[in-house]
Amino acid sequence: MNIDLQKQYERLLASYIHDTREDHLYGAQQLSKWIIQQRVLPEEVINFHISTLRKVLPDLPREVKVSFDFLIEVMIGYGLAYQDRDNLVSRQQELEGEIDVAVRMQQTLLPDCPPPLPGVEIGVLSVAANRMSGDYYNFVDHGQGSLGIAISDIIGKGIPAALCMSMIKYSMDRLDKQPLSPPEVLRGLNTVVEKNVDSSMFITMVYGVYDSLNHRFCYATAGHEPGLVYRAEEDDFQDLETEGLVLGVAKDVDYPEKQVTLSLGDAIILFSDGVTECKVDGKFLRREQLKQIIHDNIELPAQQAVEAIYQKLFEMTKYNLKDDQTIMIIKRVE
Amino acid sequence: MNVLIKEKADAKNVVTIFVEGEVDVLTAPQLRGKLLPLCQNGTTIYVDLSKVEYIDSTGLGVLIGAYKAQRATAGRLILTGMNARLNRILRITGLHEIIEIEDQTQGDGNNEGTAC
Repeated sequence: MNIDLQKQYERLLASYIHDTREDHLYGAQQLSKWIIQQRVLPEEVINFHISTLRKVLPDLPREVKVSFDFLIEVMIGYGLAYQDRDNLVSRQQELEGEIDVAVRMQQTLLPDCPPPLPGVEIGVLSVAANRMSGDYYNFVDHGQGSLGIAISDIIGKGIPAALCMSMIKYSMDRLDKQPLSPPEVLRGLNTVVEKNVDSSMFITMVYGVYDSLNHRFCYATAGHEPGLVYRAEEDDFQDLETEGLVLGVAKDVDYPEKQVTLSLGDAIILFSDGVTECKVDGKFLRREQLKQIIHDNIELPAQQAVEAIYQKLFEMTKYNLKDDQTIMIIKRVE
Repeated sequence: MNVLIKEKADAKNVVTIFVEGEVDVLTAPQLRGKLLPLCQNGTTIYVDLSKVEYIDSTGLGVLIGAYKAQRATAGRLILTGMNARLNRILRITGLHEIIEIEDQTQGDGNNEGTAC
């Protein structure tokens, strides 16, 4: 028991009993903060109270005195609940600390910035809905002016998705040693995911190789939200053709290769389903709305464009994006 | 957000589950809890989604889990009452190639006004 606290309590209560002034009550409020800070249990506070009353009012009726024994018994339950809460807060702080470490580790799984590619600007932005993200992107150097580009969405979000992301990251790291074609990449990743994830987990992905010599993007998709191609000459969009099963559902899946060639000013826009499933005024964002937002920003440098698009979506959803958001723009500028 | 699941024994080893409302990260565990225990002994399970307003990737994961469980026991999982949006999701994810779908008559989800 904290003697200083008890003395302070006695002094204040005695003062109040003799003279019921507001400032004594204010003092009690301040004291209560100190009591909580010192982790004094409710039943101990009642003991302070009784002990003060005995001194200040020695003729207190027996009935009133014994009623405090009753009150103490009732308050013991509160004390236990308070201790439980205290333990939960400590546990929560420990978990927060562990999540902080995991968040920092996850950040190292994503590339710092897109590598330079002759005649091409790449902008990318990935924002977690909570602290850890289920969205992933990566760049793989294929040499001779070619760059492998991956964007992926892992089912769910938070810690389970982040764990799954590390599996994808380390599987993809092997590609640096021996660059493969997009269908081969997806086929290989599907084998890894199918063997290693829970039966209700799956991953969607686009993997493509951009050849900056002829500005051709060869790609394959595994159940990923179809991206867009902006055609500068027509000032219009085309859907990026998609075909292929999500990763992790079946063995021996083939992923057909598609290709698209960019002219000057054209751009490929890839995104995660957090972008397409956001709600504006209670309704899902329509693809036409998304195209308009992209169109309004497509003239900006690619990195500024993805940031402006994200900002616009954030505003339209009244700053309430419920899923992880990843937007990538690959734009031919020369 | 509400998932209401009703079971109806149509015939021996045939079960129909009616799902209503939004199947998302909060409600998907309810669907999983009801659907997965039925996936045994070669059962045929119809999942009627005609009153499903929205299904997110977690909900889709539950259907995939049920599909895998059915595949392992030579059972069948058949989705029915698919609206345009659900059809689109199944097509994009490629799941329409492997999961049985009945009654795909309600559009392809590309119409103006549908979500992207």
